[in-house]
Amino acid sequence: MSTTTATTTATTPATAAKRGGKAAPRSQKRGRLLIWVFLAPTLIGLGIFSFIPIIGSVVLAFFRWDIITPPQFVGVDNFVDLAANPTVRVSFFNTITFVIAAVIIQLAVALGLAILVQSRMPDWLRTFFRSSLFFPLILSAASVSLIMAYLFNQEFGLVNQFLNLFGIGNIGWLTTGFGAKVVVLFVYVWQNFGFTFLLFIGGVSAIPKEVYEASSIDGVTGWRQFRHVTLPLVSPTMLVASVMAIISALQIFDQPYVLTRGGPGNETRTAVMVIYESAFQQLEFGLASAVGIVLTLLIMLVTAVQFQLSKRYVFYG
Amino acid sequence: MSIEAVAKPTPVRRLGTFAKYAVLSLGVFLTLGPVVWTLITALTPTDPETETRQVGLGAFADVFDQIPIWLYFWNTVLVVVLVAAGQMLSAAMAGYVFARFEFRGKNLLFVLILATMMVPMQVTIVPVFILIRGMGLADTLLALIIPALPTAFGTFLMRQYFMGLPAELAEAAEIDGAGPWKTFFSVYLPLATPGLAIVGILAFNYHWNEFFRPLIMTISEENFTLPLGLVTLQGNLGTGSVSTVLAGVVISMIPAVLVFVFGQKPLREGLTAGAGK
Repeated sequence: MSTTTATTTATTPATAAKRGGKAAPRSQKRGRLLIWVFLAPTLIGLGIFSFIPIIGSVVLAFFRWDIITPPQFVGVDNFVDLAANPTVRVSFFNTITFVIAAVIIQLAVALGLAILVQSRMPDWLRTFFRSSLFFPLILSAASVSLIMAYLFNQEFGLVNQFLNLFGIGNIGWLTTGFGAKVVVLFVYVWQNFGFTFLLFIGGVSAIPKEVYEASSIDGVTGWRQFRHVTLPLVSPTMLVASVMAIISALQIFDQPYVLTRGGPGNETRTAVMVIYESAFQQLEFGLASAVGIVLTLLIMLVTAVQFQLSKRYVFYG
Repeated sequence: MSIEAVAKPTPVRRLGTFAKYAVLSLGVFLTLGPVVWTLITALTPTDPETETRQVGLGAFADVFDQIPIWLYFWNTVLVVVLVAAGQMLSAAMAGYVFARFEFRGKNLLFVLILATMMVPMQVTIVPVFILIRGMGLADTLLALIIPALPTAFGTFLMRQYFMGLPAELAEAAEIDGAGPWKTFFSVYLPLATPGLAIVGILAFNYHWNEFFRPLIMTISEENFTLPLGLVTLQGNLGTGSVSTVLAGVVISMIPAVLVFVFGQKPLREGLTAGAGK
């Protein structure tokens, strides 16, 4: 199965090269060899490590395989299992609620801060605010989660010490279901809003100043200006930003893995954690692939829905 | 002329300006606060005898004593440098061909390359792991390097970059007697340096910080990269030596911060490049 795919990707370009002799400029003819030598690393690399694995996951999803004994064809059993398995179900439920909360907060915070950063202020101050706000993006999610695990520690964490000042007792941030969810959400958004923020800076700075001047002269200011001028004009950025934020949030793994290992119970278990655990801890490679297929379909569905919505709501000026 | 310039400064407007800076400062406090706290905690370890916090580099010494952090550092550097170099070269070559040559099946190939970006790495990790195991590369650094060498996004980025360079340069080079290879290596590639910088910095940022693939692909401690090594360190120490773990975190942050300081422009451009319409 995998070999056939490899040969097809490898031969198609070669035959195409032989046939493609229609009146090309001289330099183009001399570049025939160059074309395929230059494409080879990318085509072979992506063929082996992207195409074959994509087809491989689809095929594996219909088998039961523990990597030691020979794989066994089981039809749609893996999909039936994952629909019936409470851990898988709760992890998808967790992932979806997490994505909704994370994306809404991320977009709102990023847009608000982008508008403020792009308003009138000295350039050095703007640079300072902008750099500081997207700084977390360059750190590793694993390191950030280690830091936050200490800050949210129940006994000695700084967050509880601060809350103690207001007479609030020690909250079990990582030991209660709700607390753990809040921390995972906070840590994820803390690190990732910077990306959405950068996108919105691009969107907001592309709005012509004249539009604001004209609307201000017409008496449209403050909230109404935001609602009727800024928001429609950044809506294309909003679409791109939300698609990218949803796709990335659906793949969350590092933060809950380091912070809670999915616990307490299954409270912070996510879809990718289930892929990891069923494949590399329980050796159920077929089930892991089935979960991966469902996740991919979810990503494709979200993308399709958003582009349909965009036709109706996004304003391309 | 900006919005504020149109209206006269009234008390309400002053309040607005104050609120604006207050909100932004709160944002900066929240983003930089945990980082500053990390730095301070790493530099003030608890003295085991007196049980008080002392300023010093003791926690850093502890990291070097307790885990082979130099090895993790070196492993991470090796992976990141080879992946970044490989991605820059392969993406430049493929991007150049897609930008400057016509051949049968070109559009189909390009669409297929872009299509690989639709399926997340976490989904294909199981077959990739099986392939790597079949190649006898399980639990080696090559398991992290080889699958990361081709880059669909980098190819796309470099294609855009080469399309922005004038085609006349190739004609001029040809008149001067340069063949197609020389035209690429001595005319176009040097001009594409800013695009290459973006591909390289993105590869650095991603692979310096990645956790998921090393967690799956490596088993022996001698093949760990920094993020995996630090999470293991924290697991082994429990919550006892906060300063030690955070000192490790600080060490792992240094190269990332250097790239942030010196490569901020290509980093910003690269991160947002995928969002272009």
